[in-house]
Amino acid sequence: MPKIVVLSEYCKGCMFCAEACPKKVIGSSGSANAKGYQYAAALNPDDCIGCAICATVCPDAAIEVYK
Amino acid sequence: MEKIYSRPAGLKKMINGYCPGCLHSAAGKLIMSVLEELDLLEKTVMVDGVGCCASNHSYIDIDACGSPHGRPGAVASAIKRCSPETIVVTYQGDGDLASIGLAETMMAANRGDNISVFFINNANYGMTGGQMAPTTLMDMKTSTTPYGRHADEHGYPMHMCEVLNTLTAPSYIARVTCIDAPNMRKARAAVKQAIQHQLDGKGFSMVEFVSNCPTNWGVSPLESLKFIKEKMLPEFPLGEFRNR
Repeated sequence: MPKIVVLSEYCKGCMFCAEACPKKVIGSSGSANAKGYQYAAALNPDDCIGCAICATVCPDAAIEVYK
Repeated sequence: MEKIYSRPAGLKKMINGYCPGCLHSAAGKLIMSVLEELDLLEKTVMVDGVGCCASNHSYIDIDACGSPHGRPGAVASAIKRCSPETIVVTYQGDGDLASIGLAETMMAANRGDNISVFFINNANYGMTGGQMAPTTLMDMKTSTTPYGRHADEHGYPMHMCEVLNTLTAPSYIARVTCIDAPNMRKARAAVKQAIQHQLDGKGFSMVEFVSNCPTNWGVSPLESLKFIKEKMLPEFPLGEFRNR
């Protein structure tokens, strides 16, 4: 089962990952990290296919992908 | 379960100071991941320009060197000549490389010094408040051109890849962007080519990243990607200008 892990302390909430995800797995978590940014989270983790597009577009390298 | 994508080892374990959605972070990530893949993290010196790119050396875990505004081309050439086995890359913005440091950039390229230049073009001076840069688009509003950039007063945007492509010495010149996944992969391939040219001793290589500045453009991160696609890319066409 593929999955993504958002390293929330590095995320700045630009949502490039949510825009790029072909399965619409990612969205805003609604909670803030230590810097005050609303970080991204896998809202529908069961739909993840492990394509790593989210991690590729993430400028801050805040997403790890497992397959 | 195997990890198929992870944070490059060359990036420090800290949040960087770039604005949300700034593609400076993306360019830094790509450069670090290529250096990690080629096992060059221990052998590389990165020379940073002044501006947002100057803060880059705080976020990377490799040797770095500052330089006076616009002079990374000269500083990097000196490091490479003193220590030819070191991989020397520069990381510069448009105000740094195309304006104040134009002479140093052109001379380093014309000498064909064996360095790799990474040029982040976001069409303004980001750190100092979004003033007009040589690469600012026509009619684009900045803090020093509040009515837009006009040719009779401010001239036309500068195309550094095309300008350097008129010289004989450079071996690799490409323009890429980081706005989506396919372009990120192409950008990574271009960065790898540039470093490979340096490893092969072919001479000067440059990769220009067409980038964004959401804060000074006054748009959201996602809108800034749209602006790049619709306005920046017609003015700054992507592609490989030279590869030999």
